Amino acid sequence: MQSRPLILDLPRLALLSLAAFVVLAPYIWMVAVSVKPQDEVFKASLSLIPQKWALVENYGKVLATIPVWTYIGNGLIVCFGILFFQILFAVPAAYALAKLNFRGRELVFGFVMLGLLVPYQTTALPLYLGIHQLGLLNSYTALIAPFTCSVFAIFLFRQFFRAIPDDLINAARIDGMGEFSIVWRVVLPNALPAATAFAIFSVVAHWNDLFWPLIVIQKGDLYTPAMGILAFRSVEAGEDYGALMAAALLVTAPLVLAFLLAQRRFIEGITMTGLKG
Amino acid sequence: MATVTGWGPAFCPWKTPMADVAMQSPAVKAPTARARTLRGDAGIAWLLTLPAILAYCAMILLPLLAVLALAFTDYEFGARSFRWIGFGNFADMLGDRTFSASIRNTVVYCLFVAPLSIGIALGLAVLIEAGARGRAFWRAVFFLPVVSLTVAMATAWQYLLHPSIGPLNALLRVIGAGTPNWLGSSDWVIVSLGFIGVWENVGFNLVLFLAGLTAIPRELYAASEIDGARSGWSKFWLVTWPMLGPTMLFVIIITMTRSIRVFDTVQTLTQGGPNNASEVLLRTIYQEGFHYFRFGYSAAITLVFLVIVLGLMLIQTRLIDRRVHYG
Repeated sequence: MQSRPLILDLPRLALLSLAAFVVLAPYIWMVAVSVKPQDEVFKASLSLIPQKWALVENYGKVLATIPVWTYIGNGLIVCFGILFFQILFAVPAAYALAKLNFRGRELVFGFVMLGLLVPYQTTALPLYLGIHQLGLLNSYTALIAPFTCSVFAIFLFRQFFRAIPDDLINAARIDGMGEFSIVWRVVLPNALPAATAFAIFSVVAHWNDLFWPLIVIQKGDLYTPAMGILAFRSVEAGEDYGALMAAALLVTAPLVLAFLLAQRRFIEGITMTGLKG
Repeated sequence: MATVTGWGPAFCPWKTPMADVAMQSPAVKAPTARARTLRGDAGIAWLLTLPAILAYCAMILLPLLAVLALAFTDYEFGARSFRWIGFGNFADMLGDRTFSASIRNTVVYCLFVAPLSIGIALGLAVLIEAGARGRAFWRAVFFLPVVSLTVAMATAWQYLLHPSIGPLNALLRVIGAGTPNWLGSSDWVIVSLGFIGVWENVGFNLVLFLAGLTAIPRELYAASEIDGARSGWSKFWLVTWPMLGPTMLFVIIITMTRSIRVFDTVQTLTQGGPNNASEVLLRTIYQEGFHYFRFGYSAAITLVFLVIVLGLMLIQTRLIDRRVHYG
């Protein structure tokens, strides 16, 4: 079955290629149109290669009209800000839930499970009210704070931490380590696969998020990549698909490149944690 | 607790190599877990959980309770006061044409995206699994949409589907077929958005199915051959299909809960139009709350949304308890 000759394998490969072409079509045309001058775009030909290259014009227009790098920078600040607090809050809690005996542990874990059932869009209205009350609309805080407690991270890390041998932790205690340093210097390093998987899941989810940034951000210099594209569409580009595709490509590229470099980790991370996607 | 944990990785029917570590080790370690380190000083435990508990209360629990309360008020953002109006908001929904369009479109969208993205993903997974060539390559290609910025890719789709300059209609013109206004006509808009939704979800489901397929013992196929299942087709129905049962259930629920949250593509491409033909639940919540500032009404719709999501999860946990185990 595995070593079938190529000729017999062809129908299968042809079907897969056809499906792959449909999946890749938006990427192919995104790249092609981003280097085409406007008049060629409007000719609606099926050809992909431009007769006259407009790479400089299109990308130049994007960079001159919207601060793409600022958007990407905002995206990075928000994603890694969220990830930082998620890890900071979830890891110690998960350790306590997995390895320490205390009254109320089951209750805490029950609340974690409850949290898993609630899509984040549910809490948007009161969070907006609260953030408005504190005068924090249009700030990184507004973008980051609502996601700092990831019940999913707590759940995931708890599962992993339970597998760490108690002897390892006891040995660390005998060596005189306190619980806080055990969490960060013994337990977390032993759960790096879980941490990586969660990190990828979290960054992908928040890089792509539109719902929440749209609610709390009105100021252009705090736009995330997703909002930046929306703004560029409405302000400048309209029907200028060359520039629009150039902008789309620029903000899609960082995650896609990261994915191509570490496919396995991405696929594992997102599918393993995907139930909150 | 078992019913709720049905959502966690511990009960996931598939097994990626990494997930194995998470899922199996706790079971393997069960005896040690019983004899848990009892040195547990409650003070330290609470100290370790405190940041998470505070953040949880502020960001999840209190807002959730607040939404529950808001849904029964006529509160408008910026208003100085509000009244409790009982089920008034829910009564208003019944006569709200935007809301009923929104529910209908969301249901149609889900019923379009779920079967197609699941069927196509299963077909592709079986095709990939049937040979050795380019496995990682295919997986990466089909997974690409999952990691791509939805707003940007929606823009690319908008160009592909453009009525006059889009390549799709250029192609249709060549073969002499009709050229619909994919995103601009109320007949086609949900189908077009649904197609983009399928495109977004196939890769995700595909990876789940691949994991499910890898877990099927090879001997079962050999055994089915002895029983007379010669063709790939009969092997599929005799072995693959029943063995994929648990994965299938999981994928169905995941896809439903993912597609019921459709927002980005609609907001980017159609803003709910034309004439409410692509209005969907999350967009209605957004619009009512943050455009018209009718927080009470928006909260009530949020509750409807939450109940649907919880209902889907309930179905899953009910079925998982009863699911058949093979192998």
